[in-house]
Amino acid sequence: MDKTYDVAIIGGGPAGFSAGLYASRGKMSAVIIEKGKWGGQAGTTEELENYPGSIEHPTGPSLMERMKNQAEAFGTEFIRDEVLGFDLSDKVKVLKLKNGELKARSIIIASGAQYTNLGAPGEDTFRGKGVSYCATCDADFFTELEVVVIGGGDAAVEEAIYLTKFAEKVTIVHRRDEFRAAKSIAEKALANEKIKVIWDTVPEEIYGDGIVEGVKLKNVKTGEITDYRTDGVFIFVGTKPISDFVKGIVDMDAKGYIITDAEMKTSVEGIFAAGDVRITPLRQVITAAADGAIAAIGAEKYIEKTFGH
Amino acid sequence: MLELNKDNFDQEVLQTTGPVIVDFWGSKCEPCKALMPDVERLAEQYKDKIKFCKLNTTENRRLAMSQRVMGLPTFIVYKNGEKVKEISGAEDCTADAIENLIKENI
Repeated sequence: MDKTYDVAIIGGGPAGFSAGLYASRGKMSAVIIEKGKWGGQAGTTEELENYPGSIEHPTGPSLMERMKNQAEAFGTEFIRDEVLGFDLSDKVKVLKLKNGELKARSIIIASGAQYTNLGAPGEDTFRGKGVSYCATCDADFFTELEVVVIGGGDAAVEEAIYLTKFAEKVTIVHRRDEFRAAKSIAEKALANEKIKVIWDTVPEEIYGDGIVEGVKLKNVKTGEITDYRTDGVFIFVGTKPISDFVKGIVDMDAKGYIITDAEMKTSVEGIFAAGDVRITPLRQVITAAADGAIAAIGAEKYIEKTFGH
Repeated sequence: MLELNKDNFDQEVLQTTGPVIVDFWGSKCEPCKALMPDVERLAEQYKDKIKFCKLNTTENRRLAMSQRVMGLPTFIVYKNGEKVKEISGAEDCTADAIENLIKENI
């Protein structure tokens, strides 16, 4: 562990891969540390039609694999480990990992975001028993069955469309009277005859006997509660940043999103943030990839200035 | 690692007296595939203490659902053919959690 990397990138999703690619092409030594699966959220997104150039193979896993391979081809290294803490007392920063330590002249936090829980009774009880947060993982089980999708953003509506390839019927339950998702996606969903939408409604409870049997729905305008039988509940109600491991180190907002400037600099010199983990008006694969590139160039400038090479 | 299907599940899991752990995975489950190297390592490490099996739910959907598995990844420990503990979901099924599940049940 004597090697000192120019850039340690925390998180192996589109922001991290892009940062690795740009750093490696800039002749910096770069390593990406990922605690879970490569590809991040995009790694489990089946349809990815809004990433330019991905129209021929528009699946998340395939795009993520190509991004990873591309970074690797230029010399980026990959480590499966979890970052637990830091020692920032020196110019060379030390990352404390579960399985050792790693030294780096600069750090790019690209740890992304993950789904948020609904917080309804029954949600935890029936996880893996009909409650799911990953359509590509679990759609198979619901072949010819009926499912409910909770949410109205891009993820919810796209995954609802994906689920129609398996399920007999897909009901989207959304708390507002229109989708937040992009118009093209929303229109596609509304035109799909397997999809039914229940507006102005939130789930009050998920119930069943060992496996999910239904949801209790509440109309937010009338307060009326109805019983809705279903075999599965897919929850896509937003995301939260994965930033607990840098709490107290870099500045963040109340929700835990990291504050950066336009060059992806955080409040700590030599530490950058890119992608979904930072405060940004759009959280997509393309914005994450763009952030990663900017952060890598920022890291390069920082290293030249601080270490003089 | 032993591959389970409808023909051997009864014999290898339900009619086995010692502890058995089953990795329910699917060919489209990216978190499951990412876990596989860790699972292979743990299977090797604990091979004398627990029978480690995997079940492809894409190919054995009904069998998985008969075990009330409707989400991936899921790991279930059986003893004397009875389910004793299970963990489910990418967030809960970490390499450490799987190792703990083994340690608690051998």
